[in-house]
Amino acid sequence: MSYSSKSPWLIHYDGSSCNGCDIEVLDSMMPLYDVERFGIINTGNPKHADIFLITGAINHQNVNVVKHIYDQMLEPKVVVACGICACTGGVFKDAYNVIGGADKAIPVDVYAPGCAVRPETIIDAVLKAVKILDEKAAKMDASEKHR
Amino acid sequence: MATRSIIPFGPQHPVLPEPIHLDLVVEDEKVLEAIPQIGFVHRGLEKLTQKRDYNQFVYIAERTCGICSHGHAYGYVSATEKLLGIEVPRRAQYLRDILEELSRIHSHLLWLGLLADAFGFEALFNHCWRLRETILDIFQRTCGGRIILSVLVVGGLAHDIDDADLKGICDKLDGIKRDYLEIMDTMLNDTSVKSRLCGVGVISFEDAMELSMVGPFAKGSGIEHDMRSTGYGAYADLEHFEPIISNECDCYARCKVRAQEVVQSIDIIKELIAKIPHDGVGGKSKAKVVPEGQSHVLIEQPRGEAFYYVRGNGTKYLDRFRLRTPTSQNLGGLVKALQGVDLADVPMIILTIDPCISCTER
Ligand code: SF4
Repeated sequence: MSYSSKSPWLIHYDGSSCNGCDIEVLDSMMPLYDVERFGIINTGNPKHADIFLITGAINHQNVNVVKHIYDQMLEPKVVVACGICACTGGVFKDAYNVIGGADKAIPVDVYAPGCAVRPETIIDAVLKAVKILDEKAAKMDASEKHR
Repeated sequence: MATRSIIPFGPQHPVLPEPIHLDLVVEDEKVLEAIPQIGFVHRGLEKLTQKRDYNQFVYIAERTCGICSHGHAYGYVSATEKLLGIEVPRRAQYLRDILEELSRIHSHLLWLGLLADAFGFEALFNHCWRLRETILDIFQRTCGGRIILSVLVVGGLAHDIDDADLKGICDKLDGIKRDYLEIMDTMLNDTSVKSRLCGVGVISFEDAMELSMVGPFAKGSGIEHDMRSTGYGAYADLEHFEPIISNECDCYARCKVRAQEVVQSIDIIKELIAKIPHDGVGGKSKAKVVPEGQSHVLIEQPRGEAFYYVRGNGTKYLDRFRLRTPTSQNLGGLVKALQGVDLADVPMIILTIDPCISCTER
């Protein structure tokens, strides 16, 4: 386990979600579900974050915002798509302003389905994300040694 | 001489669960003007009526907003039923209103928590959200979902909620009422809370009237406007209903109105459960097409009056669905309330209108 996977920091951005998934993401940080017990902290600053939780579909207005947040995060970083809207566009995929799931804008590592996504699913997805974060960090270390 | 600068606020900002962008024109610490830019959550939901038939569209209407999702489904199905000429059984109407009041409690608790967070009272924040879980448990037990209930259909309810479950709801509400009154006492009487809320973000009665504000934002400025007093659905059978208002016109007033509405909603639910008739809950409408014509309804959402309009064209698809949300009414008031305030109070004032961007932009 590397230092970052012991205490990864999250950033959450609401794409064009209906709020349902947002409040579940917030809920999973509240005392009942408490992802903070895994050392996870919610931050508002992309430069501090290791895991990017995105809810809601990508539309023409927010596609650049999402890319921008992703670009500001430092490597290694992991993206979790929370809710079916963020996975594929969900019920809104036929709407004229919706481009599709989060993977239309940035690379997604973990998909957490559900409408609204349940806090249990979010916790599961975040723990998977932590593992991926570890792998990415190990890969970066290895390529550093090669040089 | 003081210099002017523009601070961009959002769309990604720690206090905002939802994306909205404001350009704050500031001089020193004072905000001179706030220029909103919206559209980050726009999906084009209304136009989906052309791709989903009127029964399927309930699911889309429900997903307009995740916090008042039941209310949106309620507004849509009521308007469509009116157009189709369907008479919904009384029990279904009672259950709809019970769920609507439960949504109001959960929405207000969520909001009170977020407000506590905005002025840095972490413990209060967690307590509000802890109580809110009880309501979500009720939803999960009676409807299956925690957030999106998917229990309404055009013509009634997808399934009944039996009397034993209703009794369970009463018991749970009694349980949280005790806890809630303690929290409410802190929220309304604590000096540190008051010093952040009193006199901040004032909107006078006249301004509120002129800007046609709705919901707790208007009620906090002394406007007695609540669609529930028109007695739609089961609200007509209530012994007594009076909207809660407050005359301070500031952030504290809005907080007080919402805090007291929670208690009011608990009482309404208990009264409705005690009186509920047993005439079935109806079921999905079998009508093949929606006749030509139009109809509308107005309902009171947690954030205020919402307007739903549907127009049929003789096919199973609706010609038009239109929705006017409380937040879009209140944005004008928000921009007004932000003029001349301290920069540090901006997040809180934005919160006190309880903005719901996803329903506003759909
Ligand atoms: S997945 Fe469902 S609950 Fe989540 S944002 Fe989309 S519509 Fe809303």
